[in-house]
Amino acid sequence: MDKLTNNRLSEQLQARFAERIKNTSEPYGLYTIEVTKEDILEVLEYLKTDPQLQFNYLTDITAVHYPEQALSIAVVYHLHSLVNNLRIRIKVYIDGNYPAIPTATVLWNGANWMERETYDFFGVQFIGHPDLRRILNVDDMEAFPMRKEFPLEDPNRVDKKDYFFGR
Amino acid sequence: MIFPVNAALERYRERMDSLEPEEMVINLGPQHPSTHGVLRLELITDGEIVKEVIPHMGYLHRCFEKHAESMNYGKTIPFTDRMDYLASMNNSHGFVMGVERMLGLDQKIPKRIEYIRVLVCELNRIASHLIAIGTYGIDIGAFTPFMWCFRDREHIMNMLEWASGSRMLYNYIWIGGLFYDLPIGFEDRCGEFITYFKPKLKELEALLTKNQIFISRTANIGVLPADVAINYGCSGPMLRASGIKWDLRRVDNYSVYPEIEFDIPTGKGEMGHIGDCWDRYKVRADEVAESVRIIEQCLTKLTHEHKRTPEFDPRALVPKKVNLKAQDYYVRAENPKGELGFYFITQEKSDIPKRVKSRGPSFNNLSVISELSKGVLISDLIAILGSIDIVLGEVDR
Repeated sequence: MDKLTNNRLSEQLQARFAERIKNTSEPYGLYTIEVTKEDILEVLEYLKTDPQLQFNYLTDITAVHYPEQALSIAVVYHLHSLVNNLRIRIKVYIDGNYPAIPTATVLWNGANWMERETYDFFGVQFIGHPDLRRILNVDDMEAFPMRKEFPLEDPNRVDKKDYFFGR
Repeated sequence: MIFPVNAALERYRERMDSLEPEEMVINLGPQHPSTHGVLRLELITDGEIVKEVIPHMGYLHRCFEKHAESMNYGKTIPFTDRMDYLASMNNSHGFVMGVERMLGLDQKIPKRIEYIRVLVCELNRIASHLIAIGTYGIDIGAFTPFMWCFRDREHIMNMLEWASGSRMLYNYIWIGGLFYDLPIGFEDRCGEFITYFKPKLKELEALLTKNQIFISRTANIGVLPADVAINYGCSGPMLRASGIKWDLRRVDNYSVYPEIEFDIPTGKGEMGHIGDCWDRYKVRADEVAESVRIIEQCLTKLTHEHKRTPEFDPRALVPKKVNLKAQDYYVRAENPKGELGFYFITQEKSDIPKRVKSRGPSFNNLSVISELSKGVLISDLIAILGSIDIVLGEVDR
């Protein structure tokens, strides 16, 4: 079997999912696709279990907040195939007001903490996650601090004026 | 915005309120030395047996990602130092590589700079592994290795302080170059250290590796099979101890690692099963020896082919302003703990990123603890936790 490349990967994905995969690109040789949240679990499962692809290593799950877009939260998955030494990035844009997406813990146990972190900072509900608690912030926090509307520092603080720091 | 009642939190509280008569909750940490920082483990125990481990993190959360969104790339480097504070050089090297690649600078960096970077990174890797080995010894009752490892690590700290000006948080590797060239005489002193350090490695081996008490405490404890390690996203020595030859220095061939000879140690299960605590210890001990080899080769290059010259300016390529187009880039580097990743999303015509996500290897390595420590003794849990080698600065970021 010859080496798996981005071209063959894209052909295989096109053959399997056709137009359900959108906006493919290849920034710095890393094949990137966009899918909807209805398809994400199917795509992930196919990538993981297909004997030719074997994307068996979940590197990272994270999210990005784009307040100016209609679908304002992008959940980003980075997968890695230890067998083929190839990577893929999958983006899913979801509604920022009601962010919900199926969980990947059914495929990888490692997704557990990554999704907890994403929930903690962006408020993304991972449907079916076994233990979706906050992980780095305190349990009774109400905001989701990595969203853009959340300020870096409390603007009402009186002890951190610029002139104290010579700014 | 919806704030639903957190069902998982309710479930967790329910579990804690409805313990069986024989169950007891023990809080391990956050201020216990064997948790290697401020990790709090809630153990549900039955006598000496651990039935369930519930980790609580976040005591050291310093909002790295939020800070990184508010300042430019150069200013973020000191923040990366504070993630894995035992291996600051490796962190900033990973971050800087990513920004340089996006700027298109990565092929233009002079070889001398790259060799200095690899040299200081490997020195820092030795320091980090020495802490891992030394504190692992003290976790399970061996006091001498702890003192010896810290003694040898202090030499490295002093050398890096000489080069960068600070003892642990260096801010030495900059985008496009270095803070300063190595101080005059650094290569000699580093060579002396290597000559001094090599016999110490043998001593350490006699003291710990073949120590029967140490073997009894670590062999066949916390066995992590390769498929479970992959499933949990473990990387670095954790993954290699499970028998998978996976080292990003070889896989990605970044920096000058392709020009350097070194081997990738893997777990072989010499004392028990592949992937037990002893294997994880052994992989780290072997990696120290490999790092010594890398340092020797770097020193040869730095004193011969890429010598110090008066006109060499390590800041020549440092950009005044990092001007990027909007793009995504994921950079990864092999840290002492595992795969350190930075996922950049940049903005058009701005030197402030839209998002920087850091993938801390300790975070993913630690997530396997609940799986590894089901039904073990409390004393074995300490052995397992020590063998994972976490740094809480990186777990919490």
